[in-house]
Amino acid sequence: MAAPMSAEIPAIEIRRLSKWFGAFKALDDLDLTVTRGERLVICGPSGSGKSTLIRTINALEGFDEGEVVVEGVRLTREPVVVEAVRRRVGMVFQQFNLFPHLTVLENCAQPLRLVRGLKPPEARERALHYLAKVRIPEQADKFAAQLSGGQQQRVAIARALAMEPSVMLFDEPTSALDPEMVKEVLDTLVQLAVEGMTMVVVTHEMGFARQVADRVMFMDAGRIVEQGPPEEFFANPREERTRAFLRQVLRMG
Amino acid sequence: MPEAAMIRTRAQASTSPFADNVDYPSLLGRPIVFLPALALLFEALRWWNFGSSAFGRGLIGLLHLSGLNPGADNVIVSAIAALFVGFNLAVVMRLRLRWQVYVVWLELAGLILVFFYSFNLSFEFIARKIGFLISQGLVMTLFISVVSIAIASALALLGAMAKLSSNGIALGVANFYTSLFRGVPLLMQIYLIYMGLPQLGYVVDAVPAGIAALSLCYGAYMTEIFRAGIESIPRGQWEAARALGMKPRSTLLRIILPQAMRVIIPPTGNQFIAMLKDSSLVSVVGVWELMYLARTEGQSEFRHVEMMITASLIYWLFSILLELIQGRIERYYGRAHVR
Repeated sequence: MAAPMSAEIPAIEIRRLSKWFGAFKALDDLDLTVTRGERLVICGPSGSGKSTLIRTINALEGFDEGEVVVEGVRLTREPVVVEAVRRRVGMVFQQFNLFPHLTVLENCAQPLRLVRGLKPPEARERALHYLAKVRIPEQADKFAAQLSGGQQQRVAIARALAMEPSVMLFDEPTSALDPEMVKEVLDTLVQLAVEGMTMVVVTHEMGFARQVADRVMFMDAGRIVEQGPPEEFFANPREERTRAFLRQVLRMG
Repeated sequence: MPEAAMIRTRAQASTSPFADNVDYPSLLGRPIVFLPALALLFEALRWWNFGSSAFGRGLIGLLHLSGLNPGADNVIVSAIAALFVGFNLAVVMRLRLRWQVYVVWLELAGLILVFFYSFNLSFEFIARKIGFLISQGLVMTLFISVVSIAIASALALLGAMAKLSSNGIALGVANFYTSLFRGVPLLMQIYLIYMGLPQLGYVVDAVPAGIAALSLCYGAYMTEIFRAGIESIPRGQWEAARALGMKPRSTLLRIILPQAMRVIIPPTGNQFIAMLKDSSLVSVVGVWELMYLARTEGQSEFRHVEMMITASLIYWLFSILLELIQGRIERYYGRAHVR
């Protein structure tokens, strides 16, 4: 059999993944494949393992059994391997985690210089490009504390995008935001989806899932309970647990 | 003034993070506190015979009191002093915050100087000796302090990194180091290095021995300050930098430490000021620093007090300088938090 073409290598491939926190099984024998350009939305109750799952993809979280392969690179604890994976994967956090001692521009430009080895003018130019992309270039010289939550999260997205990853992970990107700021961040995500970025988004924003997801996945107790295209997933969820969860979330939303 | 503007000026007048927009009457602004406080002050002055103190005697002379009835004089002088303090408070209370601070500083500094003045110092002697005290003593004190501060900071950073590492050997060494050098008196450390090391065949000069002892001792204290500062930074900062692909070293140096500096600077400033004065302990091994010279120069003419007070004021002056520098550095690292 011929070697697979690069297009056939999935963006993320997870096989039989298990992880324990002490006696608590956070991830339970989990399989997941994300193809290139796919937009996957993961939802589930708190403690279901969805955050843990996406954090294993860029090695912020270790795992005990199974394997994680990102764009053909099989994740180990070797520094070179982890660096190779993190070069391909960008991440956006619930709490933004902007660097408060740096300006917005420096938040994006400093990693470019330190990690990608860009020269200061190039780093600055690329940082400004991505800040413009999230429509926030005029705030470049402010500090994070001077921005609204929605603006901070957009800067965090620009910071991750500036590294030009091929996969983006979003860990509840709108959960820490005031309601009126959720939309500006979701708009940025939609724009990114339209451009064809491979995205794994942990969120309870079901409207967003309906609009852009290729697949919606429901997790509970460290397992994938149910998954499918959004039309199907929302119209007739098969599992009772999924239905109960959706009733909860949709009532809130 | 419109009310909104007034509220803003009041809030801006104070830099305290806890300043709010409710004006509680100041404690001393209430007669029910102010008057009893004055009465208490009067009673205390009378009780401790203010009339027979140097201040009191000066006042009695100024007022041409008879001096025949010490009891009555004491009451009169105590009452005048209490009223003067009360008047002074009432005036200062009405100043703006900034001026209040200046006036209080000036008055207290004046009191201290008057206290020193009451020792009947020979200013001629001080004037004769101060040049040498500064050109030799102060220069040596500053040299020892600055070098020790630099080495102590480097040791503290290393110690903190070792304490936070998952390397058992580094952790053990760092724990032992902080335990030993925080636990043994600094004076002992100076002796051990200056007189103990020669037993092993290493003769150390007095100045390097002093610098070594000060650096090791303060490095141990500052290790704990640095560790606490680094630990105060939320884990999310580390994760964000690592997820971007930054290496552990640059994450620590570029992301964690600059933020930790806000927490590290104030107690470190404390340490620097303490070290400036603890450098005087080096005088026990015969280093010609400020305190050593103050002691020896005064000896020849039995003018100890003159030299001690002069040296103390020089220490104080340089502590104030360090406080000002600390303030600047704090503002620099706090600039991201100004709203």
